[in-house]
Amino acid sequence: MKITTQAVAGTVESSDAQVMISPSQSDLKIDLDSSVYDQYGQHIIALVKETLKDLDVEGGEVKIIDKGALDCTIKARLQTAVYRAIGKKSDLPWEVL
Amino acid sequence: MAVKQRIRRSMIFLNTQRAALVKDAFVYHPDCVIFDLEDAVAENEKDSARIQLYQTLKQLDYQGVERWVRVNALDSDLINEDIRAAVAGGAEGIRLPKTETAAEVKAAAQKIEAAEKEFGRTVGQTMLMAALESPLGIMNAYEIATADDRMMGIALSAGDYTRTMHAKRTVAGTELFGARSQMLIAARAAGVMAFDTVYTDTDNEEGFKEELRLIKNMGFDGKSCINPKQIGITHEIFNPSEQEIQHAEHVMEAVQDSKDNGVGVLTVDGKMVDIAWVEGAERTLKLAKAAGIYEGELV
Repeated sequence: MKITTQAVAGTVESSDAQVMISPSQSDLKIDLDSSVYDQYGQHIIALVKETLKDLDVEGGEVKIIDKGALDCTIKARLQTAVYRAIGKKSDLPWEVL
Repeated sequence: MAVKQRIRRSMIFLNTQRAALVKDAFVYHPDCVIFDLEDAVAENEKDSARIQLYQTLKQLDYQGVERWVRVNALDSDLINEDIRAAVAGGAEGIRLPKTETAAEVKAAAQKIEAAEKEFGRTVGQTMLMAALESPLGIMNAYEIATADDRMMGIALSAGDYTRTMHAKRTVAGTELFGARSQMLIAARAAGVMAFDTVYTDTDNEEGFKEELRLIKNMGFDGKSCINPKQIGITHEIFNPSEQEIQHAEHVMEAVQDSKDNGVGVLTVDGKMVDIAWVEGAERTLKLAKAAGIYEGELV
């Protein structure tokens, strides 16, 4: 899956994460700004990579502002941003999300 | 597996758009949560809320709290995907808003069944609850409550009902008396549960308690809540008192004794009772047991 347009999901409220995904000519680039970076930064980056891999996203620029979100929220915001970027809002493959 | 009859004193609405609200609402120990995809969620955030719903259902342990999903209205272009996400995530039930006819319940049930088949769920495991929000919905309450085997209960939603009745909201709830009475009769006749509308003045604890006493005495099974601080109060009012539990025990024991001795009418705690009282006493003890305040063996 190729990211062709920029998309944003989530907020910068406490317990949430804001994800911006943009097209990029290069490989995947992840920029994480997290209020819990020291404790969970590597875990979040691994989660982002795994989630994008499951969605078959090969390249793009991902910027995440994390305000202490749980994994399920980070994953949800990332999936929302990707589906918004490709303009898909229904018939999602829920069984594999 | 669908459990149609269980303790459901409190059902708290959670705006699924907001991560902070859905991440740990189980810590307030409601009997049920209702993940809202409808009115609370902004139009341009429906997709985001739906994916947050699915991930929450899949990944968070709600520790026995029953999880319901209020989907968007049947005539919206959102409901199909709402139901797919809820069923795929394993929600225990779907709350259908603005229900006015049995045909709407049947249509929602068909969508649920299709989703259950698509995602390999057991057909019939997802329950349905219909929110009645208009005069027509109230008039058709019995047909709605009996429209499908998935129906667990019917719930009053006073905001739209009051508007469509051209009524004004009052502290005493006079404007809701007819709707509450009629839907309760319908629910009992249909054998489903009945839930009252939300109380929106979250700072008025006394007013909230008064409304809870009213609906409990009328026979409602529970109350929709909008603030965590309403949960404990709801349980406090809905739980049987120590005196009620003792009286129920005495009735159960006395009726058993009378059966053993062949007596039809007897006196318990100074009042005459007959066999018809057993059902109420049994219900009191079952509720007390489910609430964790009765450990006896009579039920």
